Amino acid sequence: MNREIAVVAFVQTRHAADSGGLSEVEMLAPVITEIKERTGVHRFGFTCSGSCDYLEGKPFAFVTALDAVGAWPPISESHVEMDAAWALYEAYVRLLHGDVDTALVYGFGKSSQADVRKVMTAQLDPYYLAPLGPDQVSLAALQARAYLERAGAKEDDLRAVAARSRAAGRDNPYALHLEDPDGSQGYDVAPLRPYDIAPDTDGAAAIVLAAGDKARELCERPAWITGIDHRADAHGLGVRDLSRSESARIAGERAGAAGVEVAELHAQFSHEELILREALGLGDDVLVNPSGGALSANPIMAAGLIRIGEAAARVQDGTAAKALGHASSGPCLQQNLVCVLEGEPRG
Amino acid sequence: MPSSPNHVLEFPGGYTRSVGPVIGRFLSELRDGRLVGVRTAGGRVLVPPTEYDPDTGAAVTDEWVEVGPAGTVQSWSWVPNPRPDHPLDRPFAWALIKPDGADTALLHALDMGEFEAGAEPPRFLKTGLRVRPKWRAERGGGIGDIECFRPEVTMINAPTRLEYTLDPGRALSRFLESISQGRILGHRCPVCDSVIVPMKGMCSRDGVPTTEEVEVADTGTVTTFAVNNIPDPRAPEVPFVSAYILLDGADLTMLALVAGIPADQVRIGMRVKAAWRPREEWGPTMNNIRWFEPLDEPDVPFERIKDYV
Repeated sequence: MNREIAVVAFVQTRHAADSGGLSEVEMLAPVITEIKERTGVHRFGFTCSGSCDYLEGKPFAFVTALDAVGAWPPISESHVEMDAAWALYEAYVRLLHGDVDTALVYGFGKSSQADVRKVMTAQLDPYYLAPLGPDQVSLAALQARAYLERAGAKEDDLRAVAARSRAAGRDNPYALHLEDPDGSQGYDVAPLRPYDIAPDTDGAAAIVLAAGDKARELCERPAWITGIDHRADAHGLGVRDLSRSESARIAGERAGAAGVEVAELHAQFSHEELILREALGLGDDVLVNPSGGALSANPIMAAGLIRIGEAAARVQDGTAAKALGHASSGPCLQQNLVCVLEGEPRG
Repeated sequence: MPSSPNHVLEFPGGYTRSVGPVIGRFLSELRDGRLVGVRTAGGRVLVPPTEYDPDTGAAVTDEWVEVGPAGTVQSWSWVPNPRPDHPLDRPFAWALIKPDGADTALLHALDMGEFEAGAEPPRFLKTGLRVRPKWRAERGGGIGDIECFRPEVTMINAPTRLEYTLDPGRALSRFLESISQGRILGHRCPVCDSVIVPMKGMCSRDGVPTTEEVEVADTGTVTTFAVNNIPDPRAPEVPFVSAYILLDGADLTMLALVAGIPADQVRIGMRVKAAWRPREEWGPTMNNIRWFEPLDEPDVPFERIKDYV
């Protein structure tokens, strides 16, 4: 099962706060069409998607999205009810089997059709948490407080993360173009202010994975996946040290995060970047979120996959020999995935 | 999100879940007004309990431990503008609370009292704050049987009021009668010749009765002063200046407010004049003089007032 697997193509929508009346399929279809044209591949050995039916409130909503792929004659297909970074993980494992050479991975989501905070409350523990109605920002703020107090960091340190992310995002044609953070803004949920929170975003993204010579055939400089791992912290928020991300630390170590030059972190709150930098051992010499990260565009269920796509793009364009894409799922960085990409396959 | 939905996902009447023996025990105890945790094989007490040890995945023991109900805040967030789904409709905190005797923390709402919408987090909300649950009178076996947590009692507010009818005495009555007419009276001591304002019918230095009335001016000199930064009903704007003033013709200073000048420009030796309230408001009280204001006169050299400081 030792197979060289690489990201050979990455396409994303120009993200927006609102898709402007497009359905999910209409939003996704141009992305799928473009990645097929880019690679010249129109039928894939495996197809896997990540999305959340609760964003539309329709069971099996992800099946409808297959209209954008073209699933006839029947294709080999799977889905995760998570960010599509986990669909990429499944596709990676599928390619390790050795009988297929290409995989299409895509993720999509619209934040604009529901109250996302309320939807996310519905995913919480139904016995102890959901009945109280805590929203994801309230829970993230608990983690921010725990981090600030343990690390001795200040709210200004959070604003600096937001400012750097937004400035980078303004240089990224696919991100939302957000103004410099206004420090006089009041709290959303203290200690988090509105700019510390990733913007609600509609969008989609797709990645094509290919193995071995097929990857070299489809891409001049494939971004080889030399390590990928995902870990989850304990379920209860009160049983773990919220100021740290143990699951990210373990995933980073097992994926081989040491020595990356660029890291794309799926930090949906400014303090999460600081916790993740520490957990992944990223020093000041590592370029973090040159795309602007999720604080500049957070298309729900695609933003983690986009981190892997952006990291791969840095390897493919030669600006980094080794880069890292990270995705997170669940409240307070509960589950973390780290994907390490390099210009040369692991020897 | 549109303000009125065109699609709703709902389980009418709610979604029924079986809770199993561990969560069921916790919720049953909660309904009875008790907070309990379950012990792991390693000896830790989990609150809220799970069927497994989050560190090892092993099944927990069947030993139940009553904890709290008091506990300590481990981390908190402050909601200035509660959402409709939130348990309180005024600003409140979410808190991870570790009940006494437990090794893990429970998430709940923490009611810090009355606040206007949009309020900043109160200063006394801190990690380490001691809190206790507020139980609902009617409990049904859910995490909401605790309405919220509240800080432990660290202070009380005691009503404090006694009522009197005081006799000012003859001398002071005479003084107050004159002040209600806009005149300031004193007595001259037959021994030391000092003019005592307001008069008390005695010279406190010589211990002799005094009777000779002397009217003094409503102008005087500041002999010393203090800048106050705590508001007072008589001086709601801070900072304000209270000063000892030696009225012209008097030999004792009186305590009064000084206004009409920035606090940092008041000085010893400064000449001042009483600012009287409108005549129709006068009564037998020193409140007839609102405060003293600067006079456009040269300061009095310290030498001339040093014996009155």
